[in-house]
Amino acid sequence: MNPFKERKKILDEIGRISRLAFPSAGQSENNSIVTCEKCGHKDPAEEIKNNLYICPECGAYMKVPAYDRISMLCDEGSFREFNKGRTGYDPLDFPGYENKLKQARSKSGLKEAVVTGTARISGHRTVLCVMDPAFMMASMGTAVGEKIFLAFEYAVKKKLPVIIFAASGGARMQEGIMSLMQMAKTSAAVAKHDEAGLLYICVLTNPTTGGVTASFASLADVTIAEKGALVGFAGKRVIEQTIGEELPEGFQSAEFQMEKGFCDMVIGRKNLRRTIGKLLAVHERGVR
Amino acid sequence: MEQNKAGRLSPVERVKLARSSLRPGTEDYIKNIIEDYIPMAGDRCYGDDLSVTGGIGFFHGIPVTVIGHVKGHDLDGNMKHRFGMPDPEGYRKASRLMLQAAKFGRPVITFVDTPGAYPGKEAEERGQGQAIAECIKTMSRLSVPTISVFTGEGGSGGALAFAVSDRLIMMENSIFSILSPEGFASILWHDSDRWQEACEKMKLTAADLNEMGICDEIVPEPSFEMEGSYAVMFRRIDEAIIRNLKPLLKTDGEELIKRRYLKLRKTGSKYGRN
Ligand SMILES: [Zn+2]
Repeated sequence: MNPFKERKKILDEIGRISRLAFPSAGQSENNSIVTCEKCGHKDPAEEIKNNLYICPECGAYMKVPAYDRISMLCDEGSFREFNKGRTGYDPLDFPGYENKLKQARSKSGLKEAVVTGTARISGHRTVLCVMDPAFMMASMGTAVGEKIFLAFEYAVKKKLPVIIFAASGGARMQEGIMSLMQMAKTSAAVAKHDEAGLLYICVLTNPTTGGVTASFASLADVTIAEKGALVGFAGKRVIEQTIGEELPEGFQSAEFQMEKGFCDMVIGRKNLRRTIGKLLAVHERGVR
Repeated sequence: MEQNKAGRLSPVERVKLARSSLRPGTEDYIKNIIEDYIPMAGDRCYGDDLSVTGGIGFFHGIPVTVIGHVKGHDLDGNMKHRFGMPDPEGYRKASRLMLQAAKFGRPVITFVDTPGAYPGKEAEERGQGQAIAECIKTMSRLSVPTISVFTGEGGSGGALAFAVSDRLIMMENSIFSILSPEGFASILWHDSDRWQEACEKMKLTAADLNEMGICDEIVPEPSFEMEGSYAVMFRRIDEAIIRNLKPLLKTDGEELIKRRYLKLRKTGSKYGRN
């Protein structure tokens, strides 16, 4: 198909779905203006959204809100959310944490940093988890760990693949050791799903770092890095301080991860849906 | 007597003790409680990481696999072993030895003592995130008994990679934390000088972790400035491990995996907590 036509089709679909599912969000965004962090280009939010959060001027990839990512990817109206209101807790009684959560909730419109559920992608039924950096840099605390864990458990029970759009600034510091333990909890969930012979696809989006990189995001059968994503474990600044030198251009980029052998492919945003659809089709059944 | 004194220590004092170079390290425990220890080198991918020792031997006559961080006791030792901060090869060596232990039906005993993962350039290039993830995943599904003993510092993913166990034992003044208190203060308050305040807030002592259900047993420790303290500590650790290992030896592999999974299922769950 003509790539322009295809894009138009995707955009129309997204527009339709977002108007259907999130009328209030769409309206409030109608008036707001989004500025590209890279080139300073300004555009109405609605237009940026219709362009898959790609800057029409310089082509920079902006961060995608979780529900828009879901609309971009899933067959229309197919997404059913799990545990929508699920929150974590405050194991350290950390000063100011409640307030921070409140701010994150009003800023992102989400209860926590990941949205999970089931959906169809190109007709294939799957479990889908989408992390949203607008919520405290999509750091992983007890709520994120629990929701991802339960998503894998559901997938095992229903014999479904899991697709995760990973994004994370790392661990949720305010939850201390309980946040660290979510690395073990989510990895154990991946392991059980793996042993059941089920497919897990992880899409590394900008940025995927820290404890998420050192757990479920690195354990997929197929690992896709979205073009322009920063992917790594330790932060650049910490590494530079440790080794006492500057890191080269492109360090921890999606392309860097592919070159070093840690992802299967680097895919542009416009091609993700098609690629994932194909991957799901190939995994529909083996010969035995 | 010395335990009463230790009972009143603040988290800051415990962090200092956890980092003290006077503490026995992994190699000291191995030398004193494991018979016929045979160290094994290499990850079969790239190299051998000297910040992690791994090998096999007998514990109370039972063949076991032992894995632990090695910090070194003096500056030369610290440099050689990178202060116990693993490179990706350390985790991959550990994963390899864990799978080998499962193959031959040997329990796995880990000694945890690390400030955390090493934030190096090469460590990133060789996939430190993936190496830690794989080690965690492997350990969570082993069909043999697993016991981890925190002997000093247990920092971040570097510690967790060896701590996804059936029984988690902590020495009285060992710590287990998401990050070093300095790193924590730096990230949350942009001021690593506030590390002492971080120690107070982080709930990183053995007693805290026991209360949160992550640590299963706390082993009291003598003052390591005292003569003969090492022998006391080796005996206590030896006793704690065998006491925890015995019931696990009678449990079959499937059951061990199931229980480990259920323990993690509850960890940090508002709904699963009792
Ligand atoms: Zn731009």
